[in-house]
Amino acid sequence: MTQASPSITLQINGQPCTVAADATLLQAIRSAGLQVPTLCHLDGLTPVGACRLCLVDLEGHPKLEPACVTTAAEGMVVHTHTPELESYRRMAVELFFAEGNHVCAFCVANGACELQDVAVEVGMDHSRFPYQYPKRHVDASHALFGLDHHRCILCTRCVRMCDEIEGAHVWDVGYRGSACSIIAGLDQPWGEVEACTSCGKCVDACPTGALFRKQDATAEKQPHPERAQQLAEARTDRRWHNQ
Amino acid sequence: MKAAISWRCCDATSCRAAGAAALRHSLVAQHGAERVKSVGCLRLCGQGPLAAADHEDGRVELFGGVAAERQLDPQHPFFTLQRSVVLERCGLVDPGCLEDALAQGAYAALAVCRQLAPKAVVEELERSGLRGRGGAGYPTGRKWQLVAAQPGSSKVVVCNADEGDPGAFMDRAVLEGDPHRLLEGMAIAAHAVGANEGYIYVRAEYPLAIERLRGAIAAAEARGLLAGFAMQLRIGAGAYVCGEETALLHSIEGGRGTPRPRPPYPAVSGLWGLPTLINNVETFAAVPAILRQGGAWYGAMGTATSKGTKVFALSGAITHTGLIEVEMGTSLRTIVETMGGGVPANPNGSLGVVKAVQTGGPSGGCVPAALLDTPVDYEGLQALGSIMGSGGMVVIDESLAMPELARYFMGFCVAESCGKCLPCRAGTVQLEQLLDRFVERRATGADLVQLEQLCGMVKATSLCGLGQSAPNPVLSTLRFFRAEYEAAIAGAGP
Repeated sequence: MTQASPSITLQINGQPCTVAADATLLQAIRSAGLQVPTLCHLDGLTPVGACRLCLVDLEGHPKLEPACVTTAAEGMVVHTHTPELESYRRMAVELFFAEGNHVCAFCVANGACELQDVAVEVGMDHSRFPYQYPKRHVDASHALFGLDHHRCILCTRCVRMCDEIEGAHVWDVGYRGSACSIIAGLDQPWGEVEACTSCGKCVDACPTGALFRKQDATAEKQPHPERAQQLAEARTDRRWHNQ
Repeated sequence: MKAAISWRCCDATSCRAAGAAALRHSLVAQHGAERVKSVGCLRLCGQGPLAAADHEDGRVELFGGVAAERQLDPQHPFFTLQRSVVLERCGLVDPGCLEDALAQGAYAALAVCRQLAPKAVVEELERSGLRGRGGAGYPTGRKWQLVAAQPGSSKVVVCNADEGDPGAFMDRAVLEGDPHRLLEGMAIAAHAVGANEGYIYVRAEYPLAIERLRGAIAAAEARGLLAGFAMQLRIGAGAYVCGEETALLHSIEGGRGTPRPRPPYPAVSGLWGLPTLINNVETFAAVPAILRQGGAWYGAMGTATSKGTKVFALSGAITHTGLIEVEMGTSLRTIVETMGGGVPANPNGSLGVVKAVQTGGPSGGCVPAALLDTPVDYEGLQALGSIMGSGGMVVIDESLAMPELARYFMGFCVAESCGKCLPCRAGTVQLEQLLDRFVERRATGADLVQLEQLCGMVKATSLCGLGQSAPNPVLSTLRFFRAEYEAAIAGAGP
């Protein structure tokens, strides 16, 4: 029998919440039935704290901290939706939309897109920042899948999924700053990377329409973000969800 | 007049670029190779290449120019107001010669330290009040104490020599002029915290520093001076973000130079998960002097909270460009006007006027001329929305408009962002474009509102120090020179 891990109690938006001592703030927030938006986070993958959407305000703490990588502590007083946080989150979503080319009407992920969901959640109906209209390319070299860099938000879920779950490490991030892009192999066409097992886990992990199955047309993508967690649990806890 | 008994010729990067090889060649031809020595920075870089003539009676003459045609005044406040601690041997010692360094006291403090308990070394450091010279100013003794307290027998000491701020060349001067000093400081740190490995992370843009460090490490190892402490050099490709400690560690590990959220702090889990002490070049370089002369001696210099001396790279619109080491608490006015000689006269003969001093590079801010009496220390600069930073000090005259300066630094951050987190990757791009509108005088009132809001967002939400401080040059120029931004809206202005 496994021993129950020690628990701690903290306060989230005025509501007391008891979680395991090693829980992250994001786990605590979700266990309290509350939500903060995330885009780079995916249960089952190593958190990276890159999208900055899950930042929360900790009382007595000078800086905002990302809930996904911050460990919950006894007596913490957490606020997830202060006016300041809401304003920053909305600005962040506007920046996401302005930096890529996100035209929902022509996207495979329309209706099943996490960026779209977050935009709705934070009330973003338009971007105050001018669109950058970056000239990016579409990699259709793989037999089964495609990568549309215009829609990539650099959350690196695909990179971590392929590295940590599939163990192939086909994906990585190349270049720097606004020129950053997801690269396959040694910055080769995806279809030429022999390490790719064509498992499709990266496509399942992708929150937008950047990675897609070639058979999917507009609004037909069906992502499976839960697969990372299921496989991670199967390996670490020997527990399969479909049994 | 008696002829000089020996000559010292600066052989650092800036003097090399100004023709040091030709100067040295002519001095050797005149006086013989045995009387001409290559040394590190002689401070007044703007007059380079520099050579110093040492006379029997102790007199020193200083010359500048390829033919040593300009005699410079060693009694100028630029030299007399300096207080050399970190740079005490820079310009005196041949950086390529271990014997010379040993003759001038190198590794003496290390030998003494090794007889002391590590705890005693850390306590001496704490007594000195030394704070990190990389910019943040964290108490060095406390950092050493934290690493020393970590369990485990494998620990690492890392030197951050990834100097990359525009207008900063202090660390380069130490690396090129007195590399053994850094090795000694790191070896003392290793003894104090219980580390057995050391890494110097230096950028590839510093080829001369790399060459001198390589030579110094090999010479020190061959002589057994670093016994029990394996030192390695890691050459970075030259990304500003790699100066951020977690990104630097990723890069040493062979990964992509991107920062990660802290905690865990490197003191607890750093390079390959080992407890890691990271300090900047100047911090380590101050250590041998502190251990040799005592923490109390060092702590007696400077101000109540900022002890000791600081090296600054003085550049921009100033008469005397170069490297200075002064006591903390020296006023900006003393540095800029007395030591630096102020802004040079305009071509039309009218006197130049200091408009502001930019400190701290892309993470720092501007101090307006009206506040030049501010003492240079961590708190004094911070109160003005600037920072000490690693020690770049760029003097700005009336010819430069502040939105343009802010745009320059923002462009630097756009180019140097690693791209990992959204606010820094996409926010700085939008900030630069907003600043374009001010520079090109097509901004609106809404742009000013948006500029301030976005600065706040990028500062509050970015993952690492690069993004969090990227808006500082904008915010500080908005604070003291808001009228210039408002004039750009009106379409008028100076």
